[in-house]
Parts: sequence; C-alpha cells; structure tokens
Amino acid sequence: MAQPEMRLLDRHGRIVSGDEWVGLADDAPTAGHMAVVVSLKRFLAERDVLLSRDFRLGVRLDPNEGPEALAPDLERISAIFVAFPVFRDGRGFSTARILRSRYRFSGEIRAVGDIARDQLFFLLRAGFDAFELRDRDHEAAFKWAQDSFSVVYQPAADHAAPAFARRAHPPSEGQF
Amino acid sequence: MYRYDEFDETLVRERRLQFADQVARRLSGELTEDQFKPLRLMNGLYLQLHAYMLRVAIPYGVLNSVQLRALAGIARRWDKDYGHFTTRQNIQFNWIRLGDVPEILEALAGVEMHAMQTSGNCIRNVTADHFAGAAADEFLDPRPYAELIRQWSTLHPEFSFLPRKFKIAVTGASHDRAAVQLHDIGLHLKPGRDGSPVFAVFIGGGMGRTPFVGPLIRDELPADALLVYLEAALRVYNRHGRRDNLYKSRIKILVSALGADRFSAEVEAEYQAMRTESPPFPPEELARIRHYFAAPPFETLPADDPEFQALRARSAAFDRFCRTNLHPHQQPGYASVTIALKPIGGVPGDCSAAEMEAIATLAALYSFDEIRVTHEQNLVLPHVREADLFALWEALHAAGLATPNAGLISDIIACPGLDYCDLANARSIPIAQAIAERFADMDAALAIGEVKIKISGCINACGHHHAGHIGILGVDKQGEEFYQIQLGGRADEQARIGTITGKGLPGPEIPDAIERVIDRYLALRLDSDERFIDALERLGRTPFEEALHHGAA
Repeated sequence: MAQPEMRLLDRHGRIVSGDEWVGLADDAPTAGHMAVVVSLKRFLAERDVLLSRDFRLGVRLDPNEGPEALAPDLERISAIFVAFPVFRDGRGFSTARILRSRYRFSGEIRAVGDIARDQLFFLLRAGFDAFELRDRDHEAAFKWAQDSFSVVYQPAADHAAPAFARRAHPPSEGQF
Repeated sequence: MYRYDEFDETLVRERRLQFADQVARRLSGELTEDQFKPLRLMNGLYLQLHAYMLRVAIPYGVLNSVQLRALAGIARRWDKDYGHFTTRQNIQFNWIRLGDVPEILEALAGVEMHAMQTSGNCIRNVTADHFAGAAADEFLDPRPYAELIRQWSTLHPEFSFLPRKFKIAVTGASHDRAAVQLHDIGLHLKPGRDGSPVFAVFIGGGMGRTPFVGPLIRDELPADALLVYLEAALRVYNRHGRRDNLYKSRIKILVSALGADRFSAEVEAEYQAMRTESPPFPPEELARIRHYFAAPPFETLPADDPEFQALRARSAAFDRFCRTNLHPHQQPGYASVTIALKPIGGVPGDCSAAEMEAIATLAALYSFDEIRVTHEQNLVLPHVREADLFALWEALHAAGLATPNAGLISDIIACPGLDYCDLANARSIPIAQAIAERFADMDAALAIGEVKIKISGCINACGHHHAGHIGILGVDKQGEEFYQIQLGGRADEQARIGTITGKGLPGPEIPDAIERVIDRYLALRLDSDERFIDALERLGRTPFEEALHHGAA
C-alpha cells in the first residue's frame, strides 16, 4: 500500500518487501485480496460482512477518528493504519497509545502519510511498529531516530525503562 | 536545587548532538530554511528581525551561581554582552549566529542547561513561584513537582506534536505569584482535607488574542496522581484541540467551546481509565527529587535582627530598598531579595554579562548559591540573612542593581516588541522607558504604591498586557504605532482580564495619560493602604477611563 516514493519499514527499520496490504476505496470490491485496509466508515457500515471473510482486515483511522469504535472487534482486526496527513498533526500518537495501553492491541499499527525521521523516535515509543517513511535515505533516517536517545523519562509502549526505573541509588544525605 | 544525574546528563547530551547534526545539515544546505524551521523551533531557536534568537530554559526559574556565570559567558562570547530575562522565567540571547549554536549548547550542557522545548508546539518549560521554598505564605514547595513535570514533559512520546504550545505553572503558596490561572494548566498546591497535599487544577487560562482566566477543572487532586491527571488532560487536548486555525488552537479555546463542566468530565473519564492501565508513578522518584530541594542549612536566628533594624533606621536609602525589594521568608531572620532589572531608562529584563557575574558572586556569598528568575523579569536572591542585607544592598548599589522599585509603577513587564521581534506591530521598550522616566522619583513612586504596568507589542501578549493593572497593547494603524490601554487586569489569585478603554493613543501621549490616571487614583483613594487595583475595583473603571482619555490636550 506504500506509495512508490515511500519505503515501508518494520519496527527494526528493515524494509518490508512485498507489502501484502491493499487499501480499498469505500466502494471497491474485496474479492481476491489476502489483506485489505478499509476506512473506519466502511468498517462500521459493513462490519459483520468484513469480519466474516477470510482475508486479513486492517482499518484506517484518520486523525479525527479515535480507536474507540473498534474496541469490541480488535481481536479480529490485524492492523490499524493511522494517518498523518501533515507532519505537525500529532493526534495519531494518542490513537496508538490508546490502542496499546487501553485495548492491549497486539496487531500492527502502521504510521502512514507525512512521516519523516523527526517523528520516528516518538512513533516508536507510542507503539507504532510499521512506518511508511518518506526519507530517501531510510536506513540512515531510522538509525538516526533509533540511536538519538538512550534515556527516556516516560514509560511508553516501547517498554523502554524510564530513567526513574533505572535510578538505583538515591543521592546521599546533605546533597541539594 | 536539582542536580543532573547520569540519565539527565545523557539525555541533554544526546539532544545536543542531535541538534548539532540538524544545524550542520542546515549549514551545508542539505536542509532548506523551511525544512529546518520546525526542527530549530523544537530547540528554542528563532529567526528574528535582525538575527537568530536563542531561548534558554531556566526550569521553574531556578539558577545557581555557576549557571548564571555561564549565561554571562555566553553573553560575552556569542552575544552583545547581555541577555534578556523573559516573562517565562527564561533567558533569551538576541544576537546569535547559527554556526555558534552547537557550541553554545555545549557550554550550557556543561552547567546542566539546555534550550529544549522553549519553543514549538510542545509542553514548554514549566514555571513556578519565584519565592518557592522561601516564601512565608507557602504551604509546600512546588519545585519537586515542577521538576517532575520537567522530566515527564521532556520528549514526551505522545505530546510532542500538540495543536499549539502548552504552558504549565505551579505554585504552593496562598498568594499566587506564578499567574497560574493564566496558563494552559495552572497548579495550586494546597493542603487537602486530611492535610495531605492536593492540587487545584486550573485549565484553559491564557492571554494572547483571546484571553481567558482558567476555570477550576479539578479541585483536590491527590498530589501523587499529578502526572496521570496531566497526561489525561493533555490527551483530551491533543485529540480534540482545534488544528484548523492557528489562533484557535490553544486549550483555552477547547475548554471554552466545551464548557468547563464537559471538559472536566472528559478529562476525568480519561484519568480514571488511565489509572487502571499503568502502574502508579513510583513515590521513591518524587522522594528522590524532593531530596534535592531540602532547605539549605539555615541558622536559627531571631525574627527581627536588631542590627538590621538599626541600619534601616540609619540609612534612608537602605530603608527605601527594604520597603519594596524584600519579601517575607519562612525562616526567621531571613528574607528574599528582589533585584529589579528595571533601572529607570533601562530595558525591562535586560541584564549585562557584568551584572550577571556580580549577581552570581552575591548569590554565592549571601543566598546559598541560589538565584531565581521571576515572570516579572527580575531576579531574586531567595535566602538572605537579615544581618547580611545591608552589605548585600551596598554591593548591589555599587553594581547599579539596587533600584528600589520592585512592585512599583516603574517595575514594568515589557516584551521585546518591534525592536527585536518578527511578530510585533509596535515597540514596547521605549514606552516602558518613557513611563519609568516619568515616575523616576522613587519617593513619589513609593507613595503611589503597587501598580503593575504590562506592555505587549502585539496581540500575542508576551508582555502580559491583559493581566496588567494598566495594560498597554501596541497596534499598528496604517504604519503608525498606537497603544490601546486596558484597566483592571491582574495575575494573582484573583486573576482577571483587563478591560479595553476608549481609543488607542500615540506613543508620545502615553506617559501623560498614565500620569493622569495615577493622579486620579491618588485623589480618590481612601488612604495609602488602598492600592491602585483596590481603588479601581471599588470605584469601577469610569473615573480612571475619563482621566485617561478626557484629560488629553
């Protein structure tokens, strides 16, 4: 489903070749596909049919669409595609965190849209595990994002130990 | 004060290296200015009218003398020998070359400082009561919570691409000196019913073009639940705050659109859900942080040092200084001293390298090495023995830093305005200077008493004009600078937005207009204990508005 100029990367920064996911327009037939991605609107309208078919199902969430409506069906949804139409729109970060921490969603959460190296660090922490990256030098971009910080302050979906959990020894008396 | 451990130090170093790489990519042409802009704005670097401006974070306004010396060193080496303390308790350097920025950040990191999140659509540097840990009216020191917020908000995985910037302020005293009700989130630490600390949480205050006093969204939030609650409030904002219009993107617009009750219910629902999802924040970490803010080793002293009182009786000038520039301390025999960066004719908040170094020396000598930056653009030595006040005052006097006008009419907040700022419509600094010169007589100013004048050069309100007892807003009318006057704003626990009066006035008429208002106040006040703002609230603004506009020649 990745655009030609995009590269699809997994959570380790490896290129995924042969992306199996096919994005469907709301009126396109589903027949003949192994894995389809539909809009939330289509999912809600055709839920029972879509869930009964033997393809793998993904749902695309736009920034103004939260994951709540999918909650009862998340066990039968394989992937959530979270759209970032513009770089500065950070709503998708909340979507991913809610999916991981509230609904314990274990399928793929893919960041699609205007994704560049500067968001990658945050996307990884928020629980994304697939990225349609626009940087040409995707390997360097991913490495840059992954290697930038060895310390984080918050617990997040990447399970990196926050600084407070790594701090072993309280400061000695009399220090201020 | 807080000291970095290896983790804090590593994170700042890694961020510095990352930004140095971004600067190098810009300088080599790999990044265009358009691509570089969002990156530099995540690290406090602005392109102003004449040069780059670097805004350095001073977390909750707390500095030690080594840090202040380092700031002086940056001013000397890379700027024009001065810096500008801001209404956000930060410092700005106005004449920076892009190529020098990595070295400046290295110098800052050497003293546990940085410029992270001093700009951009993220959680900005947290601010606090500048007398925290010192003020007599304090219930509990807010700084450990401010430090907790600093760490939690740094490179936050969910809240680094918010609809707009986000400012959090904390106080732990009964008198609010941190303007908490005028912030995106204002936190007032107080005793709960059983005596354990709780927060009153105000959300949706702010100034700018649509000013609001923040409504109380949650009272009695258990203090140990603070981060979860903040996370819930930020999530509601991140998901539902407007992103279609830059001017309607702050949380105040969301709170106002939903209404405080509905907003509060949404945050509460998110908060309750979050509490079940993640383990509670470990209390050991707050204890660890609190340890750094233990009181310095105060001596046990009598409340009124007799020698200090005798010196006040002997020196009228010293006594004048003490009347305005001291604040009551929680420890008997100590006081907090305001060093007003408001010399008559000076630029509010500007401080030369030599002045910073002098203040650093005095902080080490007399104030357990601590300095505070106030949102009113002054500096504070928080813990001074009464017995040392005279020597301190003499040293300040010798350095030209003993202007006895803290809280008086010439203690003016002003944004940089059109002298520096890309966004400004009018100049602020010359207006502040002209008003201060009009009220240069310190005895007369003392007789007038507390008056807070705040000046902004544009509607973004960096000079807090909405919260001024007298607020002044610069506007551009067909290429000419005009100034709108507002009356009755205040930034304390009775926060209020000032009311616009009549038509704007040209700059040269402002000092006369202010003087007429003050004359009217002096004629109408009940006695010298009735402050300007009290008289204004008792009488309504009409008599003052008349004086402002109808006395004009």
